Amino acid sequence: MKRPHPTPSPTTESFWAATAEHRFLVQRCRACATAQFYPRPTCTTCGSTDLADEDASGRGTLHTFTVARRATHPAFEGAEPAVIAIVELAEGPRVTTNLVGCDVDAVRIGTPVELVWDEPDEHGICLPLWRPA
Amino acid sequence: MTRAGVRGWAAVTGVAERKPTRWTDGETTIDMLARIGTAAIADAGLQLADIDGLVCHPMGGVPMLVPSTIGETMGLRLSYAATVDLGGATGAGMVWRAAAAIHAGQARAVLCVTAARRQKRSADRPKQSGQSLGRDTSAFAEFEIPYGNVGANVGYAMIANRYLYEHGCTPEQLAKIAVHQRDNACANPDAFFHGQPITIDDVLSSPVVADPLHLLEIVMPSAGAAAVVVVHPDLVRDAPMNPAWLLGAGEAVTHKTITYAPSLSDTAIKPAADRAFAQAGIERSQIRLASLYDCYTITVLVTLEEAGFCAKGAGGAFVTEHDLRWHGDFPLNTHGGQLSFSQPGLAGGMSHVTEAVRQVQQRGGERQVPDLEFAFVNGNGGIMSEECALVLGVAP
Repeated sequence: MKRPHPTPSPTTESFWAATAEHRFLVQRCRACATAQFYPRPTCTTCGSTDLADEDASGRGTLHTFTVARRATHPAFEGAEPAVIAIVELAEGPRVTTNLVGCDVDAVRIGTPVELVWDEPDEHGICLPLWRPA
Repeated sequence: MTRAGVRGWAAVTGVAERKPTRWTDGETTIDMLARIGTAAIADAGLQLADIDGLVCHPMGGVPMLVPSTIGETMGLRLSYAATVDLGGATGAGMVWRAAAAIHAGQARAVLCVTAARRQKRSADRPKQSGQSLGRDTSAFAEFEIPYGNVGANVGYAMIANRYLYEHGCTPEQLAKIAVHQRDNACANPDAFFHGQPITIDDVLSSPVVADPLHLLEIVMPSAGAAAVVVVHPDLVRDAPMNPAWLLGAGEAVTHKTITYAPSLSDTAIKPAADRAFAQAGIERSQIRLASLYDCYTITVLVTLEEAGFCAKGAGGAFVTEHDLRWHGDFPLNTHGGQLSFSQPGLAGGMSHVTEAVRQVQQRGGERQVPDLEFAFVNGNGGIMSEECALVLGVAP
């Protein structure tokens, strides 16, 4: 399967660049200390523009998921069934991902999960994926 | 002191709706809008020249300046023109905006119009995702598409699984929503699935598309159109049909992608519904028609709770305890809901408005709910991202 890969914007560039080194960055607001994901130009809690990138722990909890029995995008045709999931990072924010390395019929909400990395694309970008810890 | 809210500002006096079809045969969206719009104006007993307000929606084929394009096509002279972009909540969102424009003195008679065409793909045009990389420069392209978090099925499936984890209900309870709505559709000749009753077994034996959603718990896309005319109170007495008064409205928008919602279970439905009921000054128990956006059965179950018709987590038991058919003790989506009417794009969301209006007007035909004084409408856009609630009634 060839996943559609992102085209970084100036705001998301540092996040995607870090994926080449298998680092998952969240933004931390220097004004109110809230962590957020995905990268944005301003803090969604207080509006501050004073945001710093911070390495996430790579630990999280499966917040919810579905097993897509039909492809949801042409790029995923032939890769069904796929587990599309929302992971709550240990740092707080939630992220969309695919759960890999699991029995699709035995996935349970609340399961501790850990970060794994997909193969790099031609620009070195690696998509973050998650698997049961 | 006057009460805050929309009560008494305006009434809906005209309705038109096109029976949904699976496909359109080359007809443009603009032409569909013009046809259904003029039909709604006639239903309200008005002339083209009486319409001075237009509310429409973004659409394919008209990249910008949508109101003037429709206005020119129809021959309207407008003092108020707007688009509403709230997905499935668009139809409900149009109605209170029309009332607000009337209350502000900007218009007297506002046409709210929706349509969706649906063309068969020709063999030489390959299947395309509506949301492909390159065309979408929002975060969606970078953080959702690479994981296949595309389209509504997976989003609502994730809401459903979270609901089942937090509260729980049985597959049969969810299926009953689809079954009773299909029974309602069998009393609506304009419903796509008219004459095709289903059973709980039919629902639960249909294929799972995205766990836990079965095919028969998911709306079928179609083509269609729907329009309503909202008028100043002074115009109500001359209307040929009974009015459906707007008594309350509420809206809430909290996210676009469900991942980033403040909560998957404390939804924007609640503040929207609370505001609408507070403005109307009535209780949930006075509602005789719940016209709840039903892209999926889980949407209905969550909306029953979040809009306050039952306690949090009690949706499954509520469905078991009540008869949801038009002649039952809790009439729900008497036109069949989109699950059985089908989903003609944004006209699908509008179908919850048109049915509530018809029922309040006592034009429900064989499925007329008896003794109906108040109806509740919930519009729901995206992945529970845009919510708009309305309370309609027989008197201002």
